[in-house]
Amino acid sequence: MAPRTDMLVDADLAQRVLSRALRSGGDFAEIFVEDRRSSGAVLDDGRVEELASARDRGAGIRVLAGDTTGFAHTADLSEQGLLSAAEAAASVAGGGASGAVSLGDPGRAVAASVGRPGDSVPKEEKISLLTRADAAARASGAAVVQVSVSYGDSRRRFLVANSDGVLVTEDQVRTRMAVSVVAAGDTGRQSGSESVAATAGFELFDTVDVDALATTAARRALAKLSARPAPSGTVPVVLAAGSGGILFHEACGHGLEADHVVKDTSVYRGRIGEQVAGSLVTLVDDGQVESQWGTFLVDDEGHPASRNVLIDHGVLVDYLWDAKRARKQGRSSSGNGRRQSYRHLPMVRMTNTFLVDGADDPDEIVAQTPYGVYVAKLGGGQVNTTTGDFVFGTTEAYLIEDGHLTEPLRDANLIGNGPEILTRIDAVAGDFAMTPGTCGKDGQNVPVGCGQPTVRISAVTVGGTAGG
Amino acid sequence: MADRPTSGDGDLAALARSLSEQARRGEQVEVYAARSVHTDVRAYDGEVESVSQAASAGVGVRVVIGGRQGFASAGSLDAVMVADTLADARENAAFATPDEHGGLPAPDGVEGASLDLWDESVLVTPVEAKIELALALERRVRGAGSRIRQVSSADYGDVAWESAVASSTGVLSASRRTSCTLAVSAVAGSGADSHTGVGISAGRGVAHLDLEAAADDAVLRATRLLGAGKGRSTRCTVVLDPRVTATLLGVLGGALSGESVTKNRSMLADRVGERVAATSVTLADDPTDQRAFTAARFDAEGLACRRNELVVGGVLRGFVHDTVSARRAATVSTGSAVRGGYGTTPVAGCRALSLAPGTLSPEEVLESVGDGLYVQSVTGVHSGVSSVSGDFSVGAEGAWIHGGALAAPVREMTVASTLQRMLHDIVFVGADVRWLPGPATGLTLAIADMAVSGQ
Repeated sequence: MAPRTDMLVDADLAQRVLSRALRSGGDFAEIFVEDRRSSGAVLDDGRVEELASARDRGAGIRVLAGDTTGFAHTADLSEQGLLSAAEAAASVAGGGASGAVSLGDPGRAVAASVGRPGDSVPKEEKISLLTRADAAARASGAAVVQVSVSYGDSRRRFLVANSDGVLVTEDQVRTRMAVSVVAAGDTGRQSGSESVAATAGFELFDTVDVDALATTAARRALAKLSARPAPSGTVPVVLAAGSGGILFHEACGHGLEADHVVKDTSVYRGRIGEQVAGSLVTLVDDGQVESQWGTFLVDDEGHPASRNVLIDHGVLVDYLWDAKRARKQGRSSSGNGRRQSYRHLPMVRMTNTFLVDGADDPDEIVAQTPYGVYVAKLGGGQVNTTTGDFVFGTTEAYLIEDGHLTEPLRDANLIGNGPEILTRIDAVAGDFAMTPGTCGKDGQNVPVGCGQPTVRISAVTVGGTAGG
Repeated sequence: MADRPTSGDGDLAALARSLSEQARRGEQVEVYAARSVHTDVRAYDGEVESVSQAASAGVGVRVVIGGRQGFASAGSLDAVMVADTLADARENAAFATPDEHGGLPAPDGVEGASLDLWDESVLVTPVEAKIELALALERRVRGAGSRIRQVSSADYGDVAWESAVASSTGVLSASRRTSCTLAVSAVAGSGADSHTGVGISAGRGVAHLDLEAAADDAVLRATRLLGAGKGRSTRCTVVLDPRVTATLLGVLGGALSGESVTKNRSMLADRVGERVAATSVTLADDPTDQRAFTAARFDAEGLACRRNELVVGGVLRGFVHDTVSARRAATVSTGSAVRGGYGTTPVAGCRALSLAPGTLSPEEVLESVGDGLYVQSVTGVHSGVSSVSGDFSVGAEGAWIHGGALAAPVREMTVASTLQRMLHDIVFVGADVRWLPGPATGLTLAIADMAVSGQ
């Protein structure tokens, strides 16, 4: 039994709230209580502009009655506040069975060992990171005209209890830093950025080279000053390791989320067991990868994070599940029920999604590409799960000519179709790397990891302006 | 402390003022307090998928001591948390670099526009009636014919929102507004020939919603794409749907922000007085226009919002500023501080951008263009468009324009240019002003000579 000080609300109170939520019917009730503290600092235009701190705490309560979900949230954690939120959430449930709720022993997710949570680190130490990065970026070239560096840390504790008897607490510590650089020259202004983010404390910076982070951001901006427009048309594309597993996140990850599948808005619906990708493709979603940005111990519905193989050597194995969709299918959640905060309903989300290593040599992949685009870094992306059409933007890219990287290219979006692209992956190297990202879905943002080794896609449409 | 918006009896303003009055000697304190109640309903397959009803409230505090700014926020109006927030902001200020341009605004004498942004119907309409709107929306799209395979979501949402800004430098303002929205996503076709279309309707009150228009627009957008394939790569004139134009203006707004301009992050910096666009382009940011969904009496620092002319006849006239960016640019605030909520600090930004409409209907724009590409929706704007460099590359779907009318549909295309060139290449501005949720209005816009990539 965990000591009471670890609980955001007492187990007895959680039990009373759940019983109230089911008093007028309903099949399932859940209370999610969250306390988040975060702090951040921004250095911009040569000045530490602002330190900020934020505190947010409250509870979200949901009731499932048949296919309908009732939801209410409150910042009032008193018994009265929670009970009235329970009644608001329950207002959609009418009739049906109801009964007393009995919670199990509180399972406590053992917090990953966090060396130095952000709130234990002197602010001077955080600021010195910012000034160091600023100096390194500005020293990268006379054309650097602006540098912005941001640091942020958060500690998110939550308790989730439900009428199935689940009672669990979780404690997540995250730390991030980003550098953004503007360079200016005769050709105008260009920007470059680089970031690091982990489910870890300030000890992250024991292994992260802040100077390298800054010079990488500066290099991206500087290189593009002399960049030529990207090609317009369909060409082979080589993605550098860790440049952006976002391709796989967008091209197939979202389409494998059970809510899209159940609603028939996924191109992967009804295709379990089919060859949906080339045999070089094995895609995994794994919420347990140590200290990655999308990592946690239990998801926001109280289910343990797990490693889920989605595509195995090209064959579609499974989708991603949250509690609501899993319940309906009579199976268990895959640990992918996540929410931005207590103010949001949980839904099916990715954690760390990545393509596993192949056997090719990354240099050879480039050497064997007569003409194409080499993407050293991707920006964001977006997908329409119904059609599978997705885009992703480059933020550092080079032209490949006769097997060599030649000129830098200006930023452009690449567009493709998920199921088609997966069959066009014709080389996968063994140099896996991951990058952090923020995934937006239905208005909610959650931290995710993306990863891939160097891969080549035989044909992708590049949205540049230069004649293909 | 009640979390429910009242009829605006000023208790939020009183809370903000009393906290700001705790400023110590040598300190400036600004308190932004906000609260809202909202209802969100989603219908699916003839049933209610979810109903959310909740109240939110919070406070954001800026403290400036000797040009050093600190900020803290809390998602609550609880007295203890609010007091802690002031203490945290004060502590944070000690670590900032002094900024000669820093500090809070004093009242500038500009009166807030007289606007009616509050519609009681959002608060008094029973949730059952809101649920019925979502169900009726879903029903109408589902019943639109066999080409509609699925209605992936049909949503009703509303919010009643109040805020107040008070500062130790004498600013005191209170604002409130309501809004409600219907949004529906239709799926037409089957297998590889599946397409989505989203229809929306928004208003200040329930009676302003046009359910039929939202439903029919979703159906039109999804079915128009049936049979779409990837088109050939070419250069041609591109006609933007009003919603796409609004997205484009939103990006342009980033380059017109005094924050971007004074920090070397805007492709339009140093270009005031120059011709930056075709002569048909006149652009203003006007939150005092009652018709704009983002209309507001006061900005995020509590100064009156005002109409700001940004581009007139293709010539860049100026930028939007908050207090700090204005001081950096040796000018005065244009009442254009915006903020994402109580959790973020104010920054200069556009709130209600609109292009002066031309004289052509959408059909006349197509006729005038003759041949080109009609873009119904775009993707990848956050990854492919930069207001720093002006580089522009987005995913697009829509239809070819042949002989002045829409012809074969296309998908999985990109359109690219630079924002600088696009502004000069605007050839027709439509007369069809569409007031949309978001910081810009839409109209049909034709831009010449864009690179279109496909096969």
